[in-house]
Amino acid sequence: MSRVALRVLLDQLVTGLIILCIMAAAIPVVILLLFVVIKGLPGITAPGFFTDLPHPIGVPGGGVFNAIVGTLVVVGIASLLAVPIGTLIGIFLSEFGRNRVGYAVRFVSDVLTGLPSIAFGIFGYTVLVATLGHFSAISASAALAVLMLPLILRATETALVLVPNSLREGGLALGAARWRVTLQIIVPAALGGIVTGALLAMARAAGETAPLLFTTLGNEFLQLNPGRPMGTLALTVFKNALVPYSSLQDQAWAAALLLVLIVSVTNILARVYVRRVQR
Amino acid sequence: MSQGTAETVVPVPPVMLRHRRHRVDGDRIFQCLAISAGILVLAIAAIFLLALFVPALPAIREFGLGFLASRDWNPVSLRFGALPFLYGTVITSLVAMVIAFPIGIGAALFLADDARLPFIRVPLSFAIELLAGIPSVVVGLWGLFILVPLMRTSVEPFLSHTFGFLPFFQGPYSGSSYLTAGVVLAIMVLPILVALSRDVIRAVPRSLREASLALGATKAELTWSVILPYARIGVTGAVLLALGRALGETIAVTMVIGNRPGISGSLFAQGYTLPSVLANEFTEATGKIYQGALFELGLVLVSITIAVNVLARLLVWRFKGASEASVV
Repeated sequence: MSRVALRVLLDQLVTGLIILCIMAAAIPVVILLLFVVIKGLPGITAPGFFTDLPHPIGVPGGGVFNAIVGTLVVVGIASLLAVPIGTLIGIFLSEFGRNRVGYAVRFVSDVLTGLPSIAFGIFGYTVLVATLGHFSAISASAALAVLMLPLILRATETALVLVPNSLREGGLALGAARWRVTLQIIVPAALGGIVTGALLAMARAAGETAPLLFTTLGNEFLQLNPGRPMGTLALTVFKNALVPYSSLQDQAWAAALLLVLIVSVTNILARVYVRRVQR
Repeated sequence: MSQGTAETVVPVPPVMLRHRRHRVDGDRIFQCLAISAGILVLAIAAIFLLALFVPALPAIREFGLGFLASRDWNPVSLRFGALPFLYGTVITSLVAMVIAFPIGIGAALFLADDARLPFIRVPLSFAIELLAGIPSVVVGLWGLFILVPLMRTSVEPFLSHTFGFLPFFQGPYSGSSYLTAGVVLAIMVLPILVALSRDVIRAVPRSLREASLALGATKAELTWSVILPYARIGVTGAVLLALGRALGETIAVTMVIGNRPGISGSLFAQGYTLPSVLANEFTEATGKIYQGALFELGLVLVSITIAVNVLARLLVWRFKGASEASVV
């Protein structure tokens, strides 16, 4: 075989391998989603899934109303804490962050992003649960807020840095102070990226389980007081999956489907929004 | 990156000086607010480490460095050691990386190659980003009810029959194992690995690719002798970031690894990892020593992931555009 033919053959072989790789990477997603939809659909369409509380073991039916409320409350409070502060830190990094403090903040927040989520649970446990003396939804919110913070601030910084400098210079040239330029010109111009970052962080927080195990613990009953333990969808999936009752396992699949829907819709909305704003 | 307007403030004309003081005050407040928010991150990180370290002190005093080398885990006799969990964490992550590394790099090469048809590349990119967003508890649920039975009835028997002469494919199999946990982890770290490597490979200058192709290189030769050497450092960083994820992944692993504190050379054996023992025992632990031992496990886990992450950041930071924030 000639040398050229060998090289061409090798090239085709490599191309084939690369296509095999991309298929191996994409197929698990499809299989996973397929199973979640097939297994979760009967449960999620059952009457009372969205409106009922969990029934005791052996009693058929029941829903996850408490977990839906809990997820909204826990993630809501976490977002109220993390989004304003995270955005402010992002502004700091982009507008005042070309110094040692800025680089330190960037580095620390990137390392925080890589920490295991369970570590945030331990943090919430030591700082809030152990101090207050009991498990509560707010300690879960605090743990999730710390988890969301680095995601939000890096997204904000990235969005702000992309705003053309001519806008800043134009504002300053008109005599506006830097804080006015930042808040009234730069931030509105970067709003798309900031909102997207916040949405992605919220989606991430809504799917977390490990930090919640140590902080809000879970609750089978409806609880509206954030100072008490609350159930969430992710906890419902985890706990019901490990119970040997098929009715509860079916509910775990249904809750998983609901969770995937919430997270995916948020993700897709965020990405579509940023694409539209960028245009 | 083109910020840096901070220092280049336009000189103020004398006419405006009367207003200037007023403005500077507003700016100063704003700047102070922004800087203190930045320092808040550093404070949180410090509290984070203290929150792990201080409660771990009783155990650190009790067991010293022997904690890392001891195989005991007995809450009744209060003898604790981290070795089985360290071993499980390292083995499952290694299995995950062995599976995910070649697939991830191959997939990244595919997605970074502009010559591939966009109507294939875009949906695939999207599918992989979607996988990054799927909560780990859902992957764990899938692993527990779909993958574990599959491993028990077909994959593990097959490996046992075909490669049974290798020491790590021997012994009884039950589905819940280091191997299953490794497969689940591989699925979970693939999106990060693919997305980051794709960005790094994209950052290879176009002129280099074109020069190589113009010299008559085939695509395979271009990939092997130009793209991969250039992207090597960045890809290493991406692999390390993925490894950091694998080391710390909790819920999905807890659901498929069997949760048995032991050390076995066989990948078919049930095991335990640092995060999963925390997830299972943390809220039930009583007494300063038992709790302290769990906190110390947390401290060990965080130290390992920080080390891996710092190394990864130093490597990935060289490449613009490769930011983990774009994946999660």
